[in-house]
Amino acid sequence: MAGGAQSGMVERRGWSLWLTHAGLILGVMVIAFPIWLAFVASTVTQPEIVRPPMPVLPGDQFFENYRKALVAGVNAPVAKMLMNSAVMALGIALGKIAISLLSAFAIVYFRFPGRKAFFWLIFLTLMLPVEVRIVPTYEVVAGFGMLNSHAGLILPLIASATATFLFRQFFMTVPDELVEAARVDGARPMRFFLDILVPMSRTNIAALFVILFIYGWNQYLWPLLITTDPQMNTIVMGIKQMFPSGDDIADWPVIMATSILAMLPPVLVVIFMQKLFIRGLVESEK
Amino acid sequence: MATLTLTQVRKSFGATEVIHGVDIDVAEGEFIVIVGPSGCGKSTLLRMVAGLETVTAGEIAINGQRVNEREPMDRNIAMVFQNYALYPHMSVFDNMAYGLKIARMPKPEIAARVAEAARLLQLEPYLARRPRELSGGQRQRVAMGRAIVRQPAVFLFDEPLSNLDAKLRVQMRLEIKALQRKLGITSLYVTHDQVEAMTLADRMIVMNEGNAEQIGAPLEVYERPATLFAAQFIGSPSMNVLPGEGAEDGVVLENGMRIPLGRPVAGKVMLGIRPEHLVPDADGPLAIETGMSEPVGAQTLVHGRLTGSTAECVASLPGVHRESDLPAVQRYAVPPHAAHVFDAATGRRIGV
Amino acid sequence: MEKRVTFKGWLLPLLLVAPQVAVTAVFFFYPAGQAVWQSLFIPDPFGLKSQFVGLGNFEFLLGDPYYRASFVTTAIFSSLVTVVSMGVALVLAVLADRLIKGSGTYRTLLIWPYAVAPAVAGVLWLFMFNTRVGVVAWYLGQLGYDWNHVLNGGEAMGLVVVASAWGRISYNFLFFLAGLQAIPRSVIEAAAIDGARFWTRFWTIVFPLLSPTTFFLLVVNIVYAFFETFGVIHTITSGGPQQATTILVYKVFADGFVGQDLGSSAAQSVILLVVVGVLTVVQFRFIERRVHY
Repeated sequence: MAGGAQSGMVERRGWSLWLTHAGLILGVMVIAFPIWLAFVASTVTQPEIVRPPMPVLPGDQFFENYRKALVAGVNAPVAKMLMNSAVMALGIALGKIAISLLSAFAIVYFRFPGRKAFFWLIFLTLMLPVEVRIVPTYEVVAGFGMLNSHAGLILPLIASATATFLFRQFFMTVPDELVEAARVDGARPMRFFLDILVPMSRTNIAALFVILFIYGWNQYLWPLLITTDPQMNTIVMGIKQMFPSGDDIADWPVIMATSILAMLPPVLVVIFMQKLFIRGLVESEK
Repeated sequence: MATLTLTQVRKSFGATEVIHGVDIDVAEGEFIVIVGPSGCGKSTLLRMVAGLETVTAGEIAINGQRVNEREPMDRNIAMVFQNYALYPHMSVFDNMAYGLKIARMPKPEIAARVAEAARLLQLEPYLARRPRELSGGQRQRVAMGRAIVRQPAVFLFDEPLSNLDAKLRVQMRLEIKALQRKLGITSLYVTHDQVEAMTLADRMIVMNEGNAEQIGAPLEVYERPATLFAAQFIGSPSMNVLPGEGAEDGVVLENGMRIPLGRPVAGKVMLGIRPEHLVPDADGPLAIETGMSEPVGAQTLVHGRLTGSTAECVASLPGVHRESDLPAVQRYAVPPHAAHVFDAATGRRIGV
Repeated sequence: MEKRVTFKGWLLPLLLVAPQVAVTAVFFFYPAGQAVWQSLFIPDPFGLKSQFVGLGNFEFLLGDPYYRASFVTTAIFSSLVTVVSMGVALVLAVLADRLIKGSGTYRTLLIWPYAVAPAVAGVLWLFMFNTRVGVVAWYLGQLGYDWNHVLNGGEAMGLVVVASAWGRISYNFLFFLAGLQAIPRSVIEAAAIDGARFWTRFWTIVFPLLSPTTFFLLVVNIVYAFFETFGVIHTITSGGPQQATTILVYKVFADGFVGQDLGSSAAQSVILLVVVGVLTVVQFRFIERRVHY
């Protein structure tokens, strides 16, 4: 952040500076340690793990373990689960952005009957996480025959208004004159929406996309409930299904390879879209 | 080229009427400036012509065709906004071309029109840029370009120069005037700046509290203001206004000073004299206690108070006068042709 | 706040809000209503009929020692998660803020665990503390400590707390660092000139100025610990041993899906709903106040 340059504390010379770096490096190492260990475990053989202590440096089984996970997995190939996760995460992110853009456009740029009521109804949805209404929601989805389907994974998680509020906030800051200029230019409402409002919102859309993608990818409880068919498992919930019941020893290298694969997409998104990610976080918490 | 006619146009927001029946006839190719203080209804009037506000009563006609119910795009108008309202995510070219694209004009023709406007406005080097990469004056030109390419019947300007610094404002004022002359498009221009109004207008409309106080050529308004408001709003510094009483041959001010005008005046009146028309004259009828003086270069503004009264008065004297050079009480002559008399109750002009 | 300029018409806007209304009605309001409705009934064991019991489910729940224990567990769990994750994050943020160069690099190195799903975090920590293969558990054994979170409730709680707090450090770090960097440097320099040393400055100047961020994070982290840690609990302990890590959300799941006790599960949902409601109101109150600063 640009502000970093002006905002240090007063004393930071000599040993004090080195101590600061040492503290931070220690912090980074402690925080990264579980992931390092998982990575190491995903590159060694099962016997190396079950005779503790396991090695702390990567072995030579990287390709073997990841190939095994992706192609065969335990209950279902991890490649399949990755696909399901991608569909779910993209579906939630894109679906929520699409319906939120439309409804935010309607409540900001039109006066229509029921507008106030609609506004308050979506406001209520801000309060309730899906975890609180899982049983009845499960019954609804089951009633529609959407168990073990992508639609069943996606739709209930779109039903919240956070994104609508975000877009509403942004649209309120768009100068009125732009609408008027567009009207003088002959743009009808949808034309204005598509040609002007959506392109102007693209940074907000991208930031929200990053947050929603991570949110969707990392869902656990919901896919756990509605996907009984291993072919429909998402990767995050599928890992737990790879543990054997009873006393059998888990196939740790494959499980750890799967864990690494499960965290890779969202972690890459955070690292490479850091600016958008931070913006999205800060704005969605406002 | 088109005529624009407003007939008894009224506008109400809820129960409050903000435009009280305005009539305007704009001839083909005429440049009309609506001038008035903020909140006088001038922008509302312009936006009604644009179709951005509904018309409560009365009729707006372009080329004799009633347009009250038409959408802005169907009125054949173009508008330049105060803050330019450029689309921030589009290039200069796309900003100008947007309206034409919506009208489904063939691409080569769009390109030709934008190129022509860009040439006219010296925007050719900037066509690929985004608005945020342009200076204030350049943005202003893009906003003009967007209006020009549509070749509309009527141009509408909503305080287009108020976001520019003083020097640029003078330059753009001249450019707008030259452009309008060249294109000959009927124009309606709203401003709160009386200098802009004086310099740009073929005819101007002085508006106050939802009424058109006076419609006329700039010099006509300056020389024969129809109301006290028009008299004080046009001209800088503002016209001096001294309360008084009508008499046989002129006006008697509240301190008993007699100002001969060579004609009879009756009733309670306001006597208006422009600062630049006060001439120092030891035998003049108007005695003013000299206060501060402000040399502004070509002339000096001498502030003061009418002797034996609380009425403030300003004289604008040619050349440089130092405070120490001026007498404590200066007498001024009032040339009868430069004295304006208004009815104290209605503010209307009395006599010639 | 309202727009001055709007488009005409009512059909188009209704069409525009229709998708959201449909999705929200079907997947939100109907289920939420159902939760409230079901909480008033007890289904018979075969699920064929249900009997209206009014607030009976709630009465039963509040008298149920297991449910009350779950409340206590949740309180302990969320307090610990909040304190641990915010504490570590604050220390790291203060350190990073001391740097003129490189705070951005450390930020990049510290924020990405945010992207790791709680359930995956659970698996990672389970792996380290697994009683058979866990490397940390093994070293603890070498030191003479016999780690077994499968049997020991306290250890189980400790493990789920650490696993839940771990990914959350990133989030808190990000907001703390931003909060610290927003404190005008001149204020801190003035305190230094007044003779305040680092810790004095921190407790008397920096920490009070940081309080809006701290309070905001407090609420957000409690909400996180209440609802989003399900994956951690489910992967590591499944609520055990002897319900030692059964937090309220886990119990809704366990009673509703595993135990098939729909009435009780629904009543628990309603109670949680009230808890979220209170937290949301607190949060909005606070945000309103923050706006007035």
